Amino acid sequence: MSVPRYWREEVPRYRLLGKVCAGCGAKFFPARPVCTECGSTEFKDHKLAEVGEVVTWTVVRNPPPGFEKYKPYVVALIELEDGMRLLSQVVDVDPEEVQKGMRVEAVFRRVKEDGKAGIIQYGYKFRPVVE
Amino acid sequence: MKTARQVGIVGYGAYVPIYRLEASEVNRVWGGDGAPVEEKSVVAPDEDTVTISVEAAKQAVRRSGIDPSEIGAVYVGTESKPYAVKPSGTIVAEAIGATPNVSTADIEFACKAGTEAMQNCIGLVGSGMQRYAMAIGADTAQGRPADALEYTAACGGAAFIFADRSADTVAYLEASYSYVTDTPDFWRRSKEMYPRHGSRFTGAPAYFKHIQGAAKGLLEETGYKPEDFNWAVFHQPNTKFPIRVGRGLGFTMDQINPGLVAPKIGNTYAGSTPIGLAATLDIAEPGDKIFAVSYGSGSGSDAFIFTVQEAITEKRGGPKLVSFIDRKKYVDYATYLRFRGQIIQ
Ligand SMILES: [Zn+2]
Repeated sequence: MSVPRYWREEVPRYRLLGKVCAGCGAKFFPARPVCTECGSTEFKDHKLAEVGEVVTWTVVRNPPPGFEKYKPYVVALIELEDGMRLLSQVVDVDPEEVQKGMRVEAVFRRVKEDGKAGIIQYGYKFRPVVE
Repeated sequence: MKTARQVGIVGYGAYVPIYRLEASEVNRVWGGDGAPVEEKSVVAPDEDTVTISVEAAKQAVRRSGIDPSEIGAVYVGTESKPYAVKPSGTIVAEAIGATPNVSTADIEFACKAGTEAMQNCIGLVGSGMQRYAMAIGADTAQGRPADALEYTAACGGAAFIFADRSADTVAYLEASYSYVTDTPDFWRRSKEMYPRHGSRFTGAPAYFKHIQGAAKGLLEETGYKPEDFNWAVFHQPNTKFPIRVGRGLGFTMDQINPGLVAPKIGNTYAGSTPIGLAATLDIAEPGDKIFAVSYGSGSGSDAFIFTVQEAITEKRGGPKLVSFIDRKKYVDYATYLRFRGQIIQ
């Protein structure tokens, strides 16, 4: 990801900030320019819930470039408490420990590094809920 | 030192990563028999001082109940910044929603950087310049393989949001004190990967002298005696030092124990005293008095006296530090090196 694009998308990724359609109330993460439900182009900020559960998942053993140091890692479809769904890495867990319905919470982590000299990209991941 | 306006802590949080390296594992590899701590915390490959700071900061914001956009200062005390040039505080402030009307900086003073950030924030609020100011002490400390510091150099951090003393603050500051001299006990030159230390020179003329200097100075200034406190926290480079310095000053193990986390997590450097203070707030009751003294090589100490308030009982919800300490996965020495990026590829 280029530095300008990372910077533009930083706040939504840092804070799990989506959009809610002013016309019909549909929620989007990441944001879209036009509502896919009603065609409206007016949106307000929508803070996503930070707790949810694992719906389904996969273990990535042959990651794309830039993610090698995290392998093997878990990528899961997560349903948040506000009904939104998103894909995220699940960390602080061994792949064999992941279960359907596992309660997870958002954390702020390094997502990717642009080599040793480039920018460090931060964003959300999820981990099993710490009680 | 006392502030013009009374200052308190309105929210706090502390975090320790999930991975642990046992002293016995270091001994297995290097043939030693030391155990200055039982085990130390180790970051995951996707964690650093910024992510640790955000974790502690988010807890502090949640517990404070304040709107993060009202936080006017975010100071990160650390000696392990992810970038040599680019402030960690900018990333932390953006992540918690404190930008753009905020002052941020990274503060350096070896293991005392976190409490130095606290002193700065106390000054900002105590002078009326800021309504809310957040101080963070966090590190991902590294020791040279086979060096004595490898047993203890650990990862973690804590965050405190300072505000005017009110019914919303969980503890208020009675007074603080700083004690600094030029003492070359530990250093790292620019572009060097690991620090060097003056071996035996780290004890009496460094750690003990400065903690005693700050502690005695603050006790003298306030007229308190060690027995006036319920709890005491001292910088924890290992298990022995905080016990020896605390008892030498007249404190008891009962006062020291709740904040003594080094045996289970190691020395979290700039996070050490802040984490010890957070662990103590986790168990303290309204009216309790807490004495806390940091130490940073180079050298200096900051000492604080906090009195716990009623709000503590309802404003420490969510996981406490002990949940993060007890949540752990052990790694072997090779995995530890891989996580810390110390294997040449
Ligand atoms: Zn719509």
